[in-house]
Amino acid sequence: MKLHPMISALRRHKAGVVLIALQIALTLAIVCNAVFIIGHRVERVNRATGLQEQDLYLVSQQWVGAPTGDDADSIQKMDAMQREDLAALRAMPDVASVTPTNSLPLLNQSWNGAMSLNADAKLLDGNARTTYYFGDENFVHTLGLHLIAGRDFNAGDVTNKGFRNTSEPAVVIVTKALADKLFPKGDAVGKIVYLDGSGTPSTIIGEVERLQVPSTGSWAGSFAWNATIEPVRLNGNSSSYAVRAKPGRLLAAMKATTPLLYKVNPLRVLDDDSVKSFADIRSDAYRADVGMAALMGVICVILLGVTAAGIVGLTSFWVGQRHRQIGVRRALGARKVDILRYFQMENLLIAGIGAVIGVALAIGLNLLLMQHYAMDRMPVLYVLVGVVLVLLLGQGAVFNPARRASNVPPVVATRAA
Amino acid sequence: MFGYYLDLALRSLKRHKVLTLLMVLSLALGIGACITTTTVLRLLSGDPLPQKSGQLFYPQVDPNAKEGYIAGQTEPPATMTYVDAMFLLHAHRAKRQAAVALTSGKIAPQRANERPFYSDGVQTTADFFGLFDAPFEYGSGWTAADDEGGSQVIVIAGFLNQKLFGGANSVGKTIRMNDHDFRIVGVLKPWSPQPRFYALDLGGHDYGGDGDAMFLPLKTAMDLKMGPQDIECYNAVTDVDNLAAAPCMWLGVWAELPDQAAVADYRTFLANYAKQQVAQGRFSRDETALLDLMGWLRDQQVVPDDVRLQAGLAYGFLLICVLNTVGLLLAKCLRRSREIGVRRALGATRGAIFGQFMVEAGIVGLVGGVLGLCFAELGLFGIRHQPAEYASLAHLDLSMFLFTFVVAVMASLVAGLLPAWRACAVAPAPQLKAS
Repeated sequence: MKLHPMISALRRHKAGVVLIALQIALTLAIVCNAVFIIGHRVERVNRATGLQEQDLYLVSQQWVGAPTGDDADSIQKMDAMQREDLAALRAMPDVASVTPTNSLPLLNQSWNGAMSLNADAKLLDGNARTTYYFGDENFVHTLGLHLIAGRDFNAGDVTNKGFRNTSEPAVVIVTKALADKLFPKGDAVGKIVYLDGSGTPSTIIGEVERLQVPSTGSWAGSFAWNATIEPVRLNGNSSSYAVRAKPGRLLAAMKATTPLLYKVNPLRVLDDDSVKSFADIRSDAYRADVGMAALMGVICVILLGVTAAGIVGLTSFWVGQRHRQIGVRRALGARKVDILRYFQMENLLIAGIGAVIGVALAIGLNLLLMQHYAMDRMPVLYVLVGVVLVLLLGQGAVFNPARRASNVPPVVATRAA
Repeated sequence: MFGYYLDLALRSLKRHKVLTLLMVLSLALGIGACITTTTVLRLLSGDPLPQKSGQLFYPQVDPNAKEGYIAGQTEPPATMTYVDAMFLLHAHRAKRQAAVALTSGKIAPQRANERPFYSDGVQTTADFFGLFDAPFEYGSGWTAADDEGGSQVIVIAGFLNQKLFGGANSVGKTIRMNDHDFRIVGVLKPWSPQPRFYALDLGGHDYGGDGDAMFLPLKTAMDLKMGPQDIECYNAVTDVDNLAAAPCMWLGVWAELPDQAAVADYRTFLANYAKQQVAQGRFSRDETALLDLMGWLRDQQVVPDDVRLQAGLAYGFLLICVLNTVGLLLAKCLRRSREIGVRRALGATRGAIFGQFMVEAGIVGLVGGVLGLCFAELGLFGIRHQPAEYASLAHLDLSMFLFTFVVAVMASLVAGLLPAWRACAVAPAPQLKAS
C-alpha cells in the first residue's frame, strides 16, 4: 500500500490529526510514568521483611504505677514484671513461642545507630548504619529468621538493662547485609565491633539472612537491611512482645491475650492497637502505597478509555465524511480488506507520530519528576511497552469504524452526494 | 439571539447522543479528578493560623559538627537543644516566645472501674497559648513562675475535659497523669490547627485529629522524665536522662515578631548568637535561619509528595480530556459544513456561527461541570475513607464549588474555540454547490 495518498488525505484534516496525535502522545507520557510509579510501589510493598509473617503478632502495653527510677532495684522490679508477662504468654495453649522486642519491621518505631570496627568512633562517621532490635534467646526463631552462620543466642547470653542505659552487649547477631558491609570477605562471625561510638567491644556470634528495619520511610532506605539484634530485655514502664501462635491458631491466641495480661497484672494500659497481627502491621505500613498504586491504575485505565473513545469518535466522522470516496474506491476495484487496511494504516501512522512525541514527553516528564520528587530513572522498557500499548489501543479503537467503512457498498459511488 | 443558539445547540447535541455523552463524560472525569486533588492540595497547603501566621517565626541554629558542612548550602536542623532554646527564650528579643516538644502520657480515669488511657500532649512554656491564640473555655495558661519552678500544672483540651469531667469547669481540680498529680489551670476550647504546624519534626502527626489533649510546662515534664517523642543527638550521649545538657536536639522554638524591624533585629541577634557560639567553640557552624510560619511549612514540605503528584496527574488528565473534546467538537462541526453553509447563505454572520458553536461548547462544559462535581464528591468520599491523616478534613467548600464551574466552562470554551473558529471560516458557496 502506498503511503503517499494517505498522507495527502491526512493533510486535509490537519487539525484532527494533530489532536489525535497529541492526545496519544500525552496519554503515552502519563501512562508510562504512572505505570512506572505503580511498579515501584508494588515492588516496595512486596519486598520480604525476612520474617515468617504468618501466625505472628505483636503485643505492646504499658504499666501503670511501675517503678520509674534507673536504680538497680527499680530495673529488677520492672524486669520481673516483664518476665512474668513472658511466662504467662508462653503458657498459653495456642502460643508456640514468645520474645520481648522493642519493635518489628514495618512498625515505624525504631532505635537506630551506627556500627564501627574501631572503638570510640564518632557517631556520624560510622558508614554502617544499623537499626537495633532487642530480644531474648527466642527472638530468632519466634520471628522465623534464617540463621545462616554462627549460632543463635542462648539463655546465658541474655541480659537486661534499663531503657536509658547506654551500655553495649557482649554479643550480637547481625544481618548478612550489615555483616557484608563491615566484613566484605564474609567472615563476620567471631569478629569484634563497636556500637554507637562506644568503647566496649561486642562480638558478632551469628548472621541472619535478612531482617528489615522498622522504618519504611525514605530516610531509612539507605540501610533498610542493616539490623543488629542484641540479647537484651529492655526494662521500662512499657514493653512489647512478639508472639508466634501455633499454626492456624492466630486469632484464638490474639483474642486470649488481653484478658490474660490483665489477669497477670490489672495495672496496665492496653488499647485497641495493643494486640496487632503482623498482617495488620504490614497493611498499615503500606496502605498509602497501595492506595496510590490503585489510584494511578484507575486513572490510567480511564485515560486509555478516553483516548480510545476519542479515536473512535474522530475516525467515525472521517468515515462518514469519506462515504462517497470509499464507494468510488470500491467501484474502482478496491476490496473490502483494502479499505479496512487503509484506515488501519492511517491510524498506525497517526499513532506512530503521537508515540514518537509521546516518548520524548514521557522521558521529559520522568526527568521532571526525578527533579521534584524522589523518583528513579524510568527504564526504557516501560516506554517501549507504552508505545506498543498505545499503538494497539489505536488499532483496537479504529477497528470498528474501519470495518464499517469497508462495508460501504460500491453503489454509493453512483449516487449523488 | 442567544435563545436561538441555545435551541440550535441543544438540537445538535441531541442528534448525536453518544458523542455528546462521550464529551460530557470525559470532561466530567477530568474535572472531577482536578477538583478532588485540588481540594486536598488546598487543604494541606492551607494557613493554620491565618490571623497571625505572618508574625510567627521559627528560629534555627546548627550545633552539628563541621563534617559535611557546606557554607550556604547546609540547612540548619529542624530542632534545637535545650541550651539554645532556653538562651533564646531568656533573651526576650521577641514579643512572645515558646519552646515546644511533644509527649504522651497515660491518664488515670476519674471514675472507678474505667481503664487508664494514653493521650497526646505538648511540653511547652507559658507563652504558648498567647503566641498561638489558643482559646480558653475556662481558666488560663500557666505563668512564667510555673515554668521556672516546674509546677505540676496542666492545661487540658475540651474533649479531654468532656471525657474526664463531663464538660464541667474543672479548673483547680487534679488529674493523675503518668502516676503524678497535676492541677488543672485551664481548659481549651476546641483548637486543632491544620497542619499541626508547631509540631512538625517533633515526632507526631501533621494533620487530622482533634488537637493535643494536654499541655504542661517543659521543666515539669523534664523533672518527671517524660521524654519527648523525638530526639536527635549529634554526639555520643552519656546521660540521656539529663536532656538539659545532652548534645541532643528535641525542641522547636517559636517567636512572635510583630513587624519588619523586629524580624530584622531578631535575625541579627540569632546570627550574633551563632557566631558567638562558634567563637566559644560550642558550635562549628554559624548557619542560622528564621522562617515565617508559611515559609517553614514550605521548607518542611508538609504537603506529601503523593498529593502533589496526584494533583499534577489530574491536571494532565484534564488536558487530555479537553483535547479529546476539541477533537470531537471539531469532527462534529466539520460534518455540519453544509448546514453552516446554508446558514451563512441565508445571512448569518461569521460572528453568529462562532457564537452558536461556542454556546454548544459552553453547554457541554456546564453539564460536564455538574457531573464533574458529582465525581469530585465521589472522589472526596473515597479520600475520606483513606487511612491518610488528613482524610477526615477532605470536604468541598463554596469556593471550590464555584471554582469547579469556572474550570468546567473555561475548559469547554477553550475546547470550543478551534472548532468554532473553523466553523465560522467555512465558505458558503462550495457547500451549497455540492448539494
